[in-house]
Amino acid sequence: MTQFTLLDILRNLVFATQWTVILSLVSFIGGGLLGLGLLVLRIGGGRIFAPVVRVYVELFQGTPLLMQLFLAFFGLGLFGIDVPPWLAAAVALILWTAAFLTEIWRGCVEAVPKGQWEASASLGMSYVEQMRHVVLPQALKIAIPPTVGFSVQVVKGTALTSIIGFTELSKAGTVLSNATFQPFTVYGLVALIYFALCFPLSQAARHLERKMNVAHRH
Amino acid sequence: MSLIAIEGLRKSYGEHEVLKGIDLEVAKGEVVAVIGKSGSGKSTLLRCVNGLEAINGGSITVDGARLAGDEAHLRALRLKVGMIFQQFNLFPHKTAGQNVMLAQQVVKKTGKAAAEAMARRMLDRVGLGEKFGAYPDQLSGGQQQRVAIARALAMEPMALLCDEITSALDPELVGEVLQVVRGLAAEGMTLMMVTHEMAFARDVCSRVVFMHQGRVHEAGPPGEVFANPRTPELQSFLGRVA
Amino acid sequence: MTYEFDFAWLAGYWPVFARGVAMTIRLILVGGVLGIALGIFCAWGRALGPRWLRPLVALYVELIRNTPFLIQLFFIFFGLPAAGFRLNEVEAASLAMVINLGAYSAEIIRAGIEATPRGQFEAGASLALSPLQTFRHVVLIPALQKIWPALASQVVIVMLGSAVVSQIAVEDLTFAANFAQSRTFRAFEAYFLSTAIYLALAILLRFLLLRLGDLLFPHKRGAR
Repeated sequence: MTQFTLLDILRNLVFATQWTVILSLVSFIGGGLLGLGLLVLRIGGGRIFAPVVRVYVELFQGTPLLMQLFLAFFGLGLFGIDVPPWLAAAVALILWTAAFLTEIWRGCVEAVPKGQWEASASLGMSYVEQMRHVVLPQALKIAIPPTVGFSVQVVKGTALTSIIGFTELSKAGTVLSNATFQPFTVYGLVALIYFALCFPLSQAARHLERKMNVAHRH
Repeated sequence: MSLIAIEGLRKSYGEHEVLKGIDLEVAKGEVVAVIGKSGSGKSTLLRCVNGLEAINGGSITVDGARLAGDEAHLRALRLKVGMIFQQFNLFPHKTAGQNVMLAQQVVKKTGKAAAEAMARRMLDRVGLGEKFGAYPDQLSGGQQQRVAIARALAMEPMALLCDEITSALDPELVGEVLQVVRGLAAEGMTLMMVTHEMAFARDVCSRVVFMHQGRVHEAGPPGEVFANPRTPELQSFLGRVA
Repeated sequence: MTYEFDFAWLAGYWPVFARGVAMTIRLILVGGVLGIALGIFCAWGRALGPRWLRPLVALYVELIRNTPFLIQLFFIFFGLPAAGFRLNEVEAASLAMVINLGAYSAEIIRAGIEATPRGQFEAGASLALSPLQTFRHVVLIPALQKIWPALASQVVIVMLGSAVVSQIAVEDLTFAANFAQSRTFRAFEAYFLSTAIYLALAILLRFLLLRLGDLLFPHKRGAR
């Protein structure tokens, strides 16, 4: 058996971390785009689409991400495709991220005071113009801190993809732990790497939120 | 001997000195009104006497015991001196009766039955005997303030500090609260009150203290202070209020 | 798509699922009660506690909130025995949930404490209550009431997150689905069923927690 030094372990973990980062980015960007589409349907989709989006959000927020990963993995398989873990992981995480971001952003749009709608309506703006020029710019500003904050959940969420066999940081941790019989060190390092990824995002979210609160008070 | 003795009291917030050496004595049974413009330091003075603000210089002595900053001394002081706040500060999750009972049970370790009997007596005293089970948000501002008075009285303090207790009330509710305070004064309770109610100060108080820029600027019996203000500052203050 | 759904196999497996549901409920009961208790302590420690305690609580909260639950679980179950601290899988899962919920609820409850008007602290002090008595009798209940919906949501999130404890062989609802699919090769149906049960549990748990809130905080909100 080869002997693993601490440096070897760390090198392997850092190598696997790139997949955690890539999957996080794909999920966040893909989920953001899908979430934006869902948001439009949720706010402006009337009686048919708005409830559909609502149910979508309820389903994804009310069930474990792990189950969503399993269902994506085995569900896509039902179409007769041989599903690689990365595909199932990306699909599930994008759908999951979209549900949460839609809900966060809906809250931000609704946080724009009613008077803004009334004022822009009284200026003769159409619904789309109101959205485009008055409401969305304000909502966007409120949305930034919680959106950055949610990115932490996405990074942590990618850890579950190790369970369906995607080799990222957590999976590498399991493999290395089994190979080295040093679970304490390995999982400790894995945790620290996740922390190094997530903590700056958390701090940024907190910083942005504080800045916004100060700006609002003046 | 005076019940409350304040000597050379100083208090600063950062660079800003709010109290610049206050000397004041309050005898047992005295009713002292502290008046002055906002920012003159009168509320700060009261809060220092209750230990809610740490002092930067001088001393405060209550019933012979000097106020120190540690927990035990503060609690001993607060058992002797009750305080009523402008914003009532009732506990929203407790009924009027429970508000009055809480400190008796927790601080004095009074049994529930005795605490409840005391609470009922005190609520009766402020005319709210039938509101024992009402939550604060079911009471008017005037009623809430009367519950707050009952709550302080239930601890059987030697003196009560009243910090602008009618300032947050709608005008039509001021009378019922002042009526209660008038009753306390008549029963011989020692009172130190920051107030804007000049007519009340004139009728009920035994002494009026006018504060200006962190100092006691003028003091004396209300008849004298209101009829013959000696300093131009008090003259102008009274002119504005009256 | 030519796949035909088949739930007929279920007849033989419902006791497995029932035991799994019972374990999931047991875990969230323990995790919920002890996690919130830990959260209250940490919220107190960080907002009002002694100066030396504050950075320690902050460190704990940040460490937990910025690492995946799965890794926390693995660290406790696989890592700690190496340091001489051995737990069986159910104990490890319970501990991981308590620690996880403790950190999240600490932040939520702290927000409630910090939203308490200063006058409430002063009123407590002026009645000669000690700082701890003021926290316990005056501050805590209204603070919990303010943040109760957020706390309820967090408990539901932790319950859903507990699906991964099957990875250390805790026989919970996910474990039941894994077990059933490995025997019947009906993976999609097995996970579909367990997902539906999780959804029902989430809705039920949220409903019960909000009802509990109504019982704990019977009065209306209003005066300060």
